[in-house]
Amino acid sequence: MITVQTADLIRLLPELVLTGFAILVMLFEPFLPTGRRRLLGWFALVGVFGAGVAAVWTSLAPGLAFGGAVAADRFSLFFIYLFLLVAALTLLGSMDYLNRDNIQHGEFYALVLLATVGMCFMAASTELILIFLGLEISSLSTYILAGFKRHDPLSNEASLKYFLLGSFATAFFLYGIAFVYGLMGTTNLLVLSERLSQSSHWSGLARVALVMMFVGLAFKLSTVPFQVWTPDVYQGAPAPVTAFLSTGPKAAAFAILLRVFLGGLASAGPLSFWVIWVSAALTMCLGNLAALWQSNVKRMLAYSSIAHAGYVLVGVAAGGPEGTSSVLYYLAAYSLMNVGAFVLIAYLAGTGERWMQIDDYTGLGYERPGIAACLAVFLLSLAGIPTTAGFLAKFYLFRAAIHSHLIGLTVLAVLNSVVSVYYYLRPVVAMYMREGKTEASNAIVPWAVRAVLAVTVVGIFYLGLYPNLLAGLASLAASPLP
Amino acid sequence: MSWLLSHLLSVLIFLPLAGAAVIAFLRRGSEHLIRWVALFSSLLTFAFALGAFVGFSSTRTGMQFVEFYPWMVLPPVNYHVGVDGLSIMLILLTAFLTPLAVLTSWVSITHRVKEFFLFLLALETGMIGVFAALDLILFFLFWEAMLIPMYFLIAVWGHERRVYAAVKFILFTMAGSALMLVGILYLYNLTGTFDFPTILNHLDDARLLSAQAERWLFLAFFVAFAIKVPLFPFHTWLPDAHVEAPTAGSVILAGVLLKMGTYGLLRFCLPLFPQASQAFAPLISVLAIVGILYGALVAMVQPDLKKLVAYSSVAHLGFVVLGIFAFNVNGIEGAIYQMFNHGVSTGALFILVGMLYDRRHTRLISEFGGLATPLPVYSTFFMIVALSSLGLPMLNGFVGEFLIIVGAYRARALYAALAAVGVVLAAVYLLWMYQRVFLGKVTNEKNLRLPDCDWREKTILAVIVAVILAMGVYPKPFLSRMDRSVASVLQRLEKNRVLVTSTVSDRQAERAR
Repeated sequence: MITVQTADLIRLLPELVLTGFAILVMLFEPFLPTGRRRLLGWFALVGVFGAGVAAVWTSLAPGLAFGGAVAADRFSLFFIYLFLLVAALTLLGSMDYLNRDNIQHGEFYALVLLATVGMCFMAASTELILIFLGLEISSLSTYILAGFKRHDPLSNEASLKYFLLGSFATAFFLYGIAFVYGLMGTTNLLVLSERLSQSSHWSGLARVALVMMFVGLAFKLSTVPFQVWTPDVYQGAPAPVTAFLSTGPKAAAFAILLRVFLGGLASAGPLSFWVIWVSAALTMCLGNLAALWQSNVKRMLAYSSIAHAGYVLVGVAAGGPEGTSSVLYYLAAYSLMNVGAFVLIAYLAGTGERWMQIDDYTGLGYERPGIAACLAVFLLSLAGIPTTAGFLAKFYLFRAAIHSHLIGLTVLAVLNSVVSVYYYLRPVVAMYMREGKTEASNAIVPWAVRAVLAVTVVGIFYLGLYPNLLAGLASLAASPLP
Repeated sequence: MSWLLSHLLSVLIFLPLAGAAVIAFLRRGSEHLIRWVALFSSLLTFAFALGAFVGFSSTRTGMQFVEFYPWMVLPPVNYHVGVDGLSIMLILLTAFLTPLAVLTSWVSITHRVKEFFLFLLALETGMIGVFAALDLILFFLFWEAMLIPMYFLIAVWGHERRVYAAVKFILFTMAGSALMLVGILYLYNLTGTFDFPTILNHLDDARLLSAQAERWLFLAFFVAFAIKVPLFPFHTWLPDAHVEAPTAGSVILAGVLLKMGTYGLLRFCLPLFPQASQAFAPLISVLAIVGILYGALVAMVQPDLKKLVAYSSVAHLGFVVLGIFAFNVNGIEGAIYQMFNHGVSTGALFILVGMLYDRRHTRLISEFGGLATPLPVYSTFFMIVALSSLGLPMLNGFVGEFLIIVGAYRARALYAALAAVGVVLAAVYLLWMYQRVFLGKVTNEKNLRLPDCDWREKTILAVIVAVILAMGVYPKPFLSRMDRSVASVLQRLEKNRVLVTSTVSDRQAERAR
């Protein structure tokens, strides 16, 4: 019997606040007239800020909670802040979208909050079962979010596909955990790493367990060959949800990967290293090559996010403090630019997301200079052009990889990033180099969305020119891991 | 004033960007004001660059006007800038060509004027930054960031196939520089710093690099620079980019961007990897000679004036590379001098072709003939510039080419002989073109009533011709500033040459035993 102490609760405070607000959002909804449900979005946003404040409190009392099941350390706090940022930007970016597409329901905000809770658990747990629960909480919420446009067959398809493949993948993860428990008699990562370090031998079954857990995560990370769902789901889901999906849960899955594969199961060394190496190489190449052929911006960005997962895996393969901190930096930079890009295209696309082709952006650079400039910044940052966050993120990543003597993988990664320039420039070409006017230029961009754009663009340049603060935080956050 | 002196390079780097920022806040309609702001800020930059050039001491070794501020903590990347005899020349060239580029675009750019000048000035910041940076990451940052304004200049204001040319340009350059980034990171891993002078010291102190690693690193850097030069098989992006770019873009491309390649070779490849440089020198010299002959031959048969000038660049830059890899004072000084010359002369040729294009909207040689009759002033200027480009004594081109051939002769007589053939070919394609376009009777009625140069065009051309003459007659102020820098590069090479031979002879001695 575990007795709950105040310290335990404080170490879990952000998650508690988020859950509380999610429940309140759902409770309030029936009392609000349909026209005013947008207020719930603001309320949820208050919840996210509340959780941010709570996280400050948590950070003052770091340590393990609930008998070592949850670790409130710098690593988890870094991720919690990242998730809160992503959630806040998603909320801001979706309120007007829901109005426009006539799907303004309170559940949306509650689900975003709950998904965030799940992600926080994924990053903070040191207990495999709890990690699995976090994975499930966030997955179930995002399955529904992906299908939030109930009357849109594409959205339905996205939800169903995500759900079927996703539950299959989490089953793999769970099966892996079961193997681990059967072999080692524990699911606690700290205990596990101790026991594993004593026995130098990795049995065949343990390898199977490791690979199974990796498969379960690989689905969330959408790494090759588990990426097949990604373009369809990202395309079908409402674009602000895609913004969330492509950043939050992905970052959370990387948190697990770091904690489990570099932390708990670190003694598996060469096996997990090669699994990660191969999947990084395949993911980068396939993501970029497939993105070259897309004419739909959303699909293109979906493939690009696959490619970015591949780059991040290079950092994971590099390992060590450098590798981990470069992954953290990359995830933060990537979240900013990807959320910004998806939220922006959500509004350019108009009601029902009709204008999603690259050609729809023709002449946008002159019709809507500000908006086009923002999109260009996101794309150039994704491409890794200097002075943007994308460049320094890649720089840190490649430095860590070279430091770990992964020269082949680094060369592959830099060549891939050259290829990616081609497709990131295609919308830029349409916006600035072709004459014309399309419906996308009539897009209404509400001021909540402008706030998202401002935060992300400023963030991108800040991280691209003044990296010291975040890089320092990232290397502090990497310290709890060996 | 003392603040200005201690921050001269930063002022030079960021002044154009400040001009661009001012333009960003001007109304789209106030095109005239935008042009004047662009001209003013680029002229002011030139004034500072000239000040730096005059103030540059030719008797001191090492970097001058050094500024150093910490920037990134981990890994340590610093804002470290400074100039030596090589970079001061190129900064001066950049600052000289940009106002000319602004002036050439004065009337020919009528479309999206604000963005055009904004990008042009941003580009100048990138270019000066590349030449001044002494931290490898800072260098890389400017090197890559500069691509974006250039990309827009070609792709928005270019001719028919502009988007294709611009994308090709950016992908070629990035492919090269991506590998260079890996090389830079590898060097960091060895030495723990990105600071170029410190890396040089580290490489001196300990034999950190194995011969094999040095060769790979050399190639990683070399390919990036060779693409930019462009050296013979990497040149295919150049004709497209030059022909499709607007006149100002071509001037900057030919005048400055190509020099970044040769600058990189001299600044980084030779000092960092002296042994690999020497090992690859025969191969590179051969490629350079192929470039000289191939560029000249292809230029000869071009029906399009701009393409002709573009291919002549391939040939001229071949000379520069040949001079660099001759590894002696004459060769390298000639190469640096020729970099400057090529910037002025080829820039001028592009400006001249652009003026013709503004009048007739074609660049086909067959459309012209006997232009000397309706356009006497223009034809005279064209003649002088063409003669400078083909290396007539008393004009600037002669000094550079002569020095390079002397240098190449010392390295290997055959190289010099082949390069001299290139000089002859240059005379053939330029004079033959001149004959077809300007001499004889007017062949096309449309050309009869063409207006001759106006005051703006005359100013641009007169300034250029003055520089061409001055550099041809009195090269000393330029050469004297290079002496020390060239000597220090050669010193490094010389020191390592001894090492090469000694290790070889050691090995032979061992084998004999």
